[in-house]
This record gives sequence, structure tokens and C-alpha cells, in this order.
Amino acid sequence: MSQTAVQVPPTPSPPTPPSTLSGRSLPRWAPLGFAAAAIALGCGLGAVAGWHSKTQWGLLSALFFVLISYTVTSTVENKRQAKDRLATSVVWVCFILAVVPLFSLIWVTVSRGLKVLDGYFLTHSMAGVPGFETGGGVYHAIIGTLEQVGLATVISVPIGLLTAIYLVEYGRGALAKAVTFFVDVMTGIPSIVAGLFLLSIMLMFELSPSGLMGALALAILMIPVVVRSTEEMLKLVPNELREASLALGVPKWRTILKVVIPTALGGITTGVMLAVARIAGETAPIMLLVFGSQLINANPFEGAQSSLPFYIWEQYRVGSEASYDRAWAAALVLIAFVMLLNLVARGIARWKAPKTGR
Amino acid sequence: MASTTPTDLPPAPPARPGKSASTGRAGDKIFLGLSRGSGILLLVIMASIAGFLAYRSVIAISQDEGNFLTTFDWNPAGDPPVFGIAVLLFGTVVSSLVAMVIAVPIAVGIALFISHYAPRRLAAPLAYVVDLLAAVPSIIYGIWGALFLVPYLEGLNLWLDEFFAWTYIFDKTEVGVARSLFTVGVLLAIMILPIVTSVSREVFLQVPRMNEEAALALGATRWEVIRMSVLPFGRSGVISASMLGLGRALGETMAVATVLSPSFVISLHLLDPGGGTFAQNIAAKFDEANELGRDALIASGLVLFILTLLVNGAARLIIARRKEYSGANA
Repeated sequence: MSQTAVQVPPTPSPPTPPSTLSGRSLPRWAPLGFAAAAIALGCGLGAVAGWHSKTQWGLLSALFFVLISYTVTSTVENKRQAKDRLATSVVWVCFILAVVPLFSLIWVTVSRGLKVLDGYFLTHSMAGVPGFETGGGVYHAIIGTLEQVGLATVISVPIGLLTAIYLVEYGRGALAKAVTFFVDVMTGIPSIVAGLFLLSIMLMFELSPSGLMGALALAILMIPVVVRSTEEMLKLVPNELREASLALGVPKWRTILKVVIPTALGGITTGVMLAVARIAGETAPIMLLVFGSQLINANPFEGAQSSLPFYIWEQYRVGSEASYDRAWAAALVLIAFVMLLNLVARGIARWKAPKTGR
Repeated sequence: MASTTPTDLPPAPPARPGKSASTGRAGDKIFLGLSRGSGILLLVIMASIAGFLAYRSVIAISQDEGNFLTTFDWNPAGDPPVFGIAVLLFGTVVSSLVAMVIAVPIAVGIALFISHYAPRRLAAPLAYVVDLLAAVPSIIYGIWGALFLVPYLEGLNLWLDEFFAWTYIFDKTEVGVARSLFTVGVLLAIMILPIVTSVSREVFLQVPRMNEEAALALGATRWEVIRMSVLPFGRSGVISASMLGLGRALGETMAVATVLSPSFVISLHLLDPGGGTFAQNIAAKFDEANELGRDALIASGLVLFILTLLVNGAARLIIARRKEYSGANA
């Protein structure tokens, strides 16, 4: 009762200022119009000035877009709305700026890579093929990549899993803090430094280059990634599950093995696959430790091997038209491999997402 | 199994050490030992990376006839072996800074786009697209940069030279293709965008809803909401995200090695071809290096290691401190 009585008085004082709510505003399609105008202006100016580089056309259009939307909004609407519009258009431009390189990269790789990519390319090595001539293939490099990455995975997954288990299930005190910190720092180790580390071991003990040395360097890069992602996944496992198992008298280690890990298995698999995808493209350690070879060497424990990223680098360095073609084709194979891993990993993540109980 | 006999509450005598309980404890001990051991192994690996690199570096530097820090030359195979990291340090820092200047604002923009501007249904796929950028191997960025980006940036370089030569850094004094530190910086910027974006996005999504809604209720526009409640909250997160990106840019090897045409000079004319970075130098000189040459490269790698360690450590400390007082756990 009293509330309605209070509310009545303010209403009879209606439109003192016509208020910005009903002020002039641009139609909803305005940004699209601005964009069209800006692109037309940018490309037009670029064509008139005779610039060859399309990057400039794009950057100019982006600039025009931001300017046009600001000025038009500030004349039609008000200063605050104009600032808001400015921020919105800058943010959109940022996003487009980021997406353009990605699509350009994928487009270039696919279109140039398909030139020589065929069954022959996938099933032959470079044995006896001079770098500047056409022919040859990536078979030896694919074998090398698979073996090195496989070995690195075999080494790093148990270590990574156990470390993550330690951090989540047992970790208290200074040691756990130190491990957490150094795992984070280790994530940032440049791949070439990991390579140099094993190179210095190799020099010290006079070992010869082999796929195994490369795999060890890759494992150093892979362990922290596995630890981080596994840790996140283990943290998501609800405590009720652990408590229920412990309350039944199951020892802690069996609880971890039979309850915690199976619950988080989907996420852990995803993490491992993403880590594999990341190290599959590493070139620097392979260059320092495996040396590269034109021949098929299926034994990762002895002798030089090749790998896909290293093969790309090698062919790029030869610098002939034929070798560039091979480099692009190998890049396409590598990108397909990495993207496939990524897609499958995310598929598993979605399919097996742990029930967080929310 | 014996200890789990289904007896009722009153006669519960768990003090009796059953057989299975003791095996459980042994299993626990082994398991704890294994997992703690692998934690310790990680620390050992970190320590031995530093140790081995330092050991080989000492061997190299003791034979260096020049000053390791100030020599503008890399010739460990020469008669008096002479090599120094001055040019490499300069090139590494400058190219990474260029990358940061380009990448951080754009990354913050993308993060805001995904967290606040994109249509709800599009946000997740867009975030995924940006993450895909991170999945592309660096060597592919390298050949893309060298064979595709370099010719496309030539026009931009000429334009910058024409209108911004007065800034000194954009003054192009040598004619030649755009295999310069600036181009390297652009390429590195593209490569570090995803990591800076994803960390910033996480932080922006953690801004308390209440703060934003309060600002909206006061009649703020979307930009004002972001400026008043999102950016202040996310500042430290953005700083640490950019430092993570910096750490990655400092150590990038293949992309720089393919794009840059190296030379041992220090020049602030960013558009001129030349310069070099630690990682690029290692990749380029390793093939011809003799025994001492390899040790010299390892010494330069040690400097790079320390540099990235400092940057990454600082970034992580900032993140950790922030976590403590915001109560938001990753």
C-alpha cells in the first residue's frame, strides 16, 4: 500500500529532458554499412595509389572502418556512444587481424602443398634424389616423426602423470610448491635450449646422434604440458568420490588408480594428445640431436633419422622451386597430422568431460 | 578385505592391524615414493639443464679471445677464436619487443571480443579458432613467413619508410627484401597472439559479474563497463600473459631462422635486413660448428635459458600472487 503511494508522485513529472533513451540512434545495420564503406575506400585508395601489397589495402580499410564509425556515431549520437562504438570497432578489427593470418597460412599450405602431395610422395624417401630436382618423398621423415614422438610420449606420460598425482593427491609443503613453480617455468623453456642440454650431455659422454636423443629432448618439452593438463583434470574429480572410496576402506593408492584416474581419463587423454601435437612440430631439437638423413632409418636407437619438421627446414634451405614444393607438401602432411590430433583430442574432451557435479 | 567385515557400530575395533591394511600401507608408500620421485626428477632435470649448459659454457668462454658480452662477431673457428653475444642479445630483445608491441593490444582486443563482444553462440568456436593458431608448428610459420609474408610486407616497409623515416627506427637505409627484425617481429607477434589471448580471456571471464552489472545499471555503455570494471580487474593478468608471450618470442627458433637474413651488426633501423637472435644463430651456425663452436653456441643458449627463466618466472609469480588475493583458482 505504502509503496504504491510513494511511487505515484514521481510519475506526473514526465519529460523534463527527452532523455538519451529516445535520442537519435543509428540503425542496427550501421556497422555493416561502415565496414562496406571502409573496405570500398581502402581498396579504392590502394588501387588508385597503385600499391601492390594487399596487406596495406587491408590495414587501410581497417583504419577507415574505425574512423568512420567514430565520426558518424559522434555526429549522429553522442560522445559516449561514439567512444563505445570506437571500442567495439577496434575490438572487431583486432579479431579480424588475428584470423586473417591463420586462414592465409592454411590456404597457402594447402594450395601449394597439394602440388606434389600424392601416394608416391608419401611412400618414398629422398634417397638418391638431388635436392634441386623434383621427385622424392617424405616416407623416411614420417617414420622418424612417429618414432621420436612415440618414444617421447612413452617417456613423458608416466613421469607427467605421477608428478600430477603427487601435486594433486599428496602435495603439501615446500617440495610441492617448488615442483609447481618449476613445472610452470619448464613450460616456457625454448625447444632449442632443451636440445642444447641434451647436446651437452651428448658431447660429454661422446654419444652419437640418434632418434632417442631427439625423443629425450622432446620429452623434456612434453612433461610439463602433461603435468599441467593432468593436474587440472585431477582437480576436477569431485572429492566425494575419493571420500566414498576411502570410507569403504580402499587404500589411497588404489583409490587413485581405480577411482580418480578413470574418472579423469578423458581429460588426461586430451591433454596428452595436445602435448603430442605440440612436440610433433618441434624442429630445433631434432636439428641438433638427430641430424637428419635422406634415407629410411627405422631404428630410433642408432644412427641419424629425419622428421617432418626437420625435412621442411632441410628442403627450405635447398632453396629451389622443387624443394619448396616438397617443403609445402611436407608442411601440409604435418599440419594435417597436428590438426587431426587436436580435433580428436577436443572431441574426446567434449565426449568424456568429467561430471563436475554442478 | 578382513577389516571391512560388516559388523555393527558398537564392536568396531579398528585398532587391530589387519593384514590387508598393512599391504595397503605398503602400496601407499610405494605409490607415494613413485609420484614424489617423479616430482623430484623434474627438479633434477631443471637443475641439470642449468648445470650442463653452464659447464660447457665455461669451457667455451675460457677459450674466447674476445669479450663474451661485448664482441660484435661470432667466429669460434677463427685462429684466435672470437665470439660475443652483444648482437644476439640486442636482436632477441628488439624482435621480441616489436612482437609484444604489436601482439599485446591485439590480443587484449581479441580476448575482449571473445569474452564480451562476440555473439554468445560464436564465442566458443572463435576461441577455438584462435587456439588453432597455437597448434601450427613454428617451422610452418617460418616457411609461410619467408615465402609469403616477406613479399607482402615489402609494400608496408616502403610505406613506413616514406612517412615515418623521421622516427629513425623506421628509416630504411639499405635496399633489399624485408628480411628484417621488423618482419621477424610481425611474425613473432602472430605466433604469440594465441597464448596472450587465451590467458587474458581467462582473466576477463573471471571479472565478478556483480561489478559489471553494477556499472551497467548506472547507465554505462559497454566500453565504460570494460574500462571501469574489466580492465582494472584484469590488468595483472594481462601483464603476466604478455610476459608468457615474451618468453615464447625470446626462444623462438625456426620462424626467425627462416625469415631473417642475419648479419653481425647492431642497428636500430628495424627495416634493414640484418641482426640476429640467440636461437636463430644456433640454428644457422650449428652445421658448420667445430667442437669449440658447439660449446660457444651452448654458451649463448645458456644466456637465452636464463633470460626466458627470468621472464617466465616473473610472469608466474605475478599470476600466483594474483590468485592468492582474488580467490579465483584456475
